[in-house]
Amino acid sequence: MSLLHIAIFAPLLLAIFIPFLFKRLRLIHTGWFVFGLSIILFIYFLQLLPDIRDYEIQETIDWIPSLGINFTVYVDGLSLLFTLLITGIGSLVALYSIYYLSKEKEDLGSFYVYLLMFMGAMLGVVLSDNLIVLYTFWELTSFSSFLLIGYWYHKERSRYGAQKSMLITVFGGLAMLGGFLLLYLMTGSFSIRDIVSMASEITADPFFTPALVLVLLGAFTKSAQFPFHIWLPDAMEAPTPVSAYLHSATMVKAGIYLVARLSPIFAVQGTWFWLVAGFGIFTLAWASFNAVKQTDLKAILAYSTVSQLGLIMSLLGVGAAALHYSFLDDNLYMAATFAAVFHLINHATFKGSLFMVVGIVDHETGTRDIRKLGGLMQIMPITFTIALIGTFSMAGLPPFNGFLSKEMFLAAMVNVMSLDIFNMDTWGVLFPVIAWIGSVFTFVYSMLLLFKTFTGDFKPEKLEKKPHEAPFGMLLPPIILGALVVVFGFFPNILSASIIEPAAKAIAPALIDAGQEYNSHISFWHGFTPELYMTIGIIIFGAFLYVSLPKWEKIYRRFPEKLSLNYFYDQSLIRAESGSRGLTNSYMNGSIRTYMIYILISFVGILAFSIIRKDAFSFTTEGLAPIGLYEVVLGIIIFGASITILVAKSRLTSIIALGAVGYTVALFFVLFRAPDLVLTQLVIETISVALFLLAFYHLPKINRKEERIGFKLTNALVAAGVGVIVTIIAFSALSNRLFESISQYYVENTAEKAGGFNMVNVILVDFRGFDTMFEIAVLGIAALGIYGMIKLRLSRREDQ
Amino acid sequence: MIEMMLTTALVLFALAIAIALYRIISGPSIPDRVVAMDMIVVNLISGIAVVSVLLKTKAFLEVILILGILAFISTIALSKFIERGVIIERKRDG
Repeated sequence: MSLLHIAIFAPLLLAIFIPFLFKRLRLIHTGWFVFGLSIILFIYFLQLLPDIRDYEIQETIDWIPSLGINFTVYVDGLSLLFTLLITGIGSLVALYSIYYLSKEKEDLGSFYVYLLMFMGAMLGVVLSDNLIVLYTFWELTSFSSFLLIGYWYHKERSRYGAQKSMLITVFGGLAMLGGFLLLYLMTGSFSIRDIVSMASEITADPFFTPALVLVLLGAFTKSAQFPFHIWLPDAMEAPTPVSAYLHSATMVKAGIYLVARLSPIFAVQGTWFWLVAGFGIFTLAWASFNAVKQTDLKAILAYSTVSQLGLIMSLLGVGAAALHYSFLDDNLYMAATFAAVFHLINHATFKGSLFMVVGIVDHETGTRDIRKLGGLMQIMPITFTIALIGTFSMAGLPPFNGFLSKEMFLAAMVNVMSLDIFNMDTWGVLFPVIAWIGSVFTFVYSMLLLFKTFTGDFKPEKLEKKPHEAPFGMLLPPIILGALVVVFGFFPNILSASIIEPAAKAIAPALIDAGQEYNSHISFWHGFTPELYMTIGIIIFGAFLYVSLPKWEKIYRRFPEKLSLNYFYDQSLIRAESGSRGLTNSYMNGSIRTYMIYILISFVGILAFSIIRKDAFSFTTEGLAPIGLYEVVLGIIIFGASITILVAKSRLTSIIALGAVGYTVALFFVLFRAPDLVLTQLVIETISVALFLLAFYHLPKINRKEERIGFKLTNALVAAGVGVIVTIIAFSALSNRLFESISQYYVENTAEKAGGFNMVNVILVDFRGFDTMFEIAVLGIAALGIYGMIKLRLSRREDQ
Repeated sequence: MIEMMLTTALVLFALAIAIALYRIISGPSIPDRVVAMDMIVVNLISGIAVVSVLLKTKAFLEVILILGILAFISTIALSKFIERGVIIERKRDG
C-alpha cells in the first residue's frame, strides 16, 4: 500500500464519512471537507511533476494474483496530467458547489458522497495499469455519474437523462471489457505496459481488429463521440458543478485518456487512424453545427463539449500517423499529439469556467434560456469578463490559449493532406475542410453564448429574480480558471516542458528519441502559415454568419425530427420494450396445454435430432424372450382399455377403463413373477380409482358436460410423436445393451449377507435403504399436504 | 395333461370375465354393474390361483387374499354409496 494507492482510495474513504459529517457538523458546509481533500491531493500530485520527467512511478498491491489482476498504479506524464485535472478542477468545483448548493435546502450528504466516489473512481481510471482494475473504476465513474445526473431525482428530465447516460456508457463499458479480454487472450497479460511492449507481435492476430473496435466503442460512448453523443446534452439536468466537473473536464475525457493510453498498441493499424480521426472530425463539425440552434445555455455548452472532444479525438487519430513516419526528421504528426494534449488542458480550463459562469447566471437570474436573457454586462461585470475570456478562448481567438491549440489543430489537419498512407491522398482534403467548417460554427455559438447573454436589451420582466453580481466565493473558481486561460495563452511553455512533453511521450513511447523537436514545435507560433489565414477566415466568416443568424436560422427547422439521433434512441427503447412484451405475450399465453406442447415438441425434437445425428437407431431380435399366449391376451386387454380411455364419452367410463388398465398391469406382474409388485399395485390402484371417483363426484354441475375429448390434429401429432420416439429409444436401448446386469450379486448375497430371503424387500430396506427412506418422506409430505389443503380451506370458510 | 386342464380352466374363467364385462358395459342399473364387478374379481382370484399352479409357486397366495379383501371392501363401499350417498359418514355432533 503506497501513498499513490492511498491517494486513490482517499476520496472513497472520505465518502464513507461524509454522511456522518453532514449530520453532525451542520454548521460547516460539507463541501469544505471535500475541498480540503482535493487540494491536498492536488498538491501531492503536483509534487510528483518533477519526477516523471525522468522516470515513471509504479506501485503494486495484489488483488487477485492468481488471475493476473493486481492493483498496479502507474504514473507517467499522461496519467499525471489527468490526475492534476481531476484534483485541480475537483477542488475548484468543490469550492464552487459550496456557494452554489444551499446547506439548508439540498441533500449535501448524498451529493458529496457521489462526487467523492466519482473523484476516486476517476483517479483509479487514469492511474491503473491493469486493464481489469481500469474497467472496474470505469464502471464506477458511470455509476457515480448516473447518481449525480439524477441528483434532483424528483424531476422527470433528470431521471430520463440519468437513465440515458447510464444505458449508453454502460453499453460502451461492456464493449470495452470485451476488448480488454481479447487483448488478454492475445497477450496473456492485463498490464497495459506489458501489452504495449508486445504490441508489434499482435497486429496480425485475428482478434486484433475486434479488440480495437470494442475498445473504441467504450472510448466513444464515454467521450460522447458521434453517434453516442446524445447522452451528454441530456446529462445537463445535473447540478451545474457536476456538469462543470464531469461533463466538461473529467469523465468525458476518460475516453480520450483511453484512446491516448492505448494508442501505442493500436495506432499502427489504419483502422485506428480512420476511426479515431474520422469520427472525431465528424463529431466536431456535427456538434458545433447543432450547438448553434440550442437556446439553453447548458445545452450549448454540452454540444460545444462534444465538439471539442471530437477535436481532441481527431488530433489523437492524426497523431497516430506519427508511428508510420517516425523515420522522418521533421515529424509533423507528432505535433498533432502535442496539440491534443494542449487542447485537452485548455478545454478543461475554459469549459470549466464557462459552466460555472452559466451556473452563476442561472443562480442569479433563475433562467438559462438565452431568449430571456440579455444586457447583463452592467449588472454582472465580473461574470461577463470571465465569460468573455472563456468564449473567446473557445472560439480560438488570440491572445487566449484556445487560439494556440486551434492553430495547432488546423496545422495538423493541413498536414494530414500530405499523408500518403491509408488512402489519405484521395480523402485527406476533407479533413481541413470539415475542421474549418466546424471551427466557423464554433465561433458562431461562442459569440452567441456571450453576446446573447450579456449584451442587448435587459429584460427584467422575463426573469424570476432580480439579478445581481454573484458572491465572491462563487466567482473565485471561474476567476482562477479564467486566469489560467490567460496565463496559458501568454506563456504556453510553462506547460510544454513540464507536462505536455511527458504526456506526449506516454502516448507515443516508440518515438521518444526526438524529444528536442517536439519542444521546438510548442514554442513555434509566429509566422504567416496557412493555419493563420484559416483562423482569419474563421473569424471573418463566423462574424458574418453570427450577424446574419436570424436569416438562416430557419434551416434548423428543416431537419425532420424523425432523422435525429434522439428520436432514434427513444424509438429503439420503445420498440425494444414493446417488441419484447409482444414476444413474451405471444408465447406465454398462460395455458398449460400450450406449455405442454412446447415441452413435448422440444422433447421429441431433441431426441429425434440426436438419434438421427448419431445414427443411433438399431433393432435386433437377438436375446429376446419368446412371446407367450397370456402376454398377448393381456396386451390386447390393455390396448382396448387405453383406447376406451381416449374415446369414452363419459368421464366415469374413462376412470373405470383406467382402473382396468391398472388391474391388468397387476396381472402382468403376476405373469412376470413379481408378487410384491402385484400386491402393491392392486391396493394402490383400488385407492387411486376411489380417489378419481371422489374427484368425479364433486365436479361442479354446470361444467359437467358429458362429451368426448375433442380431436385436435396438433395434439394427436405430438402424442404420436412422443409415443414413437419413446418406443424407438426403448428398442435401440435394448438392442445396444453394453454390459451384463449386476443383479447376480443380489442373488448371491441376499441370504448370505443380509439374512433375508425376499430379494425385493432386502434391496428396499438393506442394500438400497436410502431411497426407501426418502420415498417414505415423500408419502409423509403428500399426506401432510393433503391435510393442510383441506384443513386450511375449511378454516378459512369458517372465518367467513 | 394337467397343464391342458389348467389352461382350459383359465379359458373358461376368461369367458366368465368377458360375460361379466358385458353386464358391466350394458347393465342398466348400478347394482347390476357392482355385482358384475364382484364376479370379475372372484374369477380373477381363481385365475391367479390357477396361474400360480401353472408357474409352480406359492408366492401369489397373498395376492389372492388381498384381492378377496379388496373385492369385499369395495363392494361394501359401493353398496353403502348407493344406499346413503356417502361412504364415510361424519359424526352427527361434529
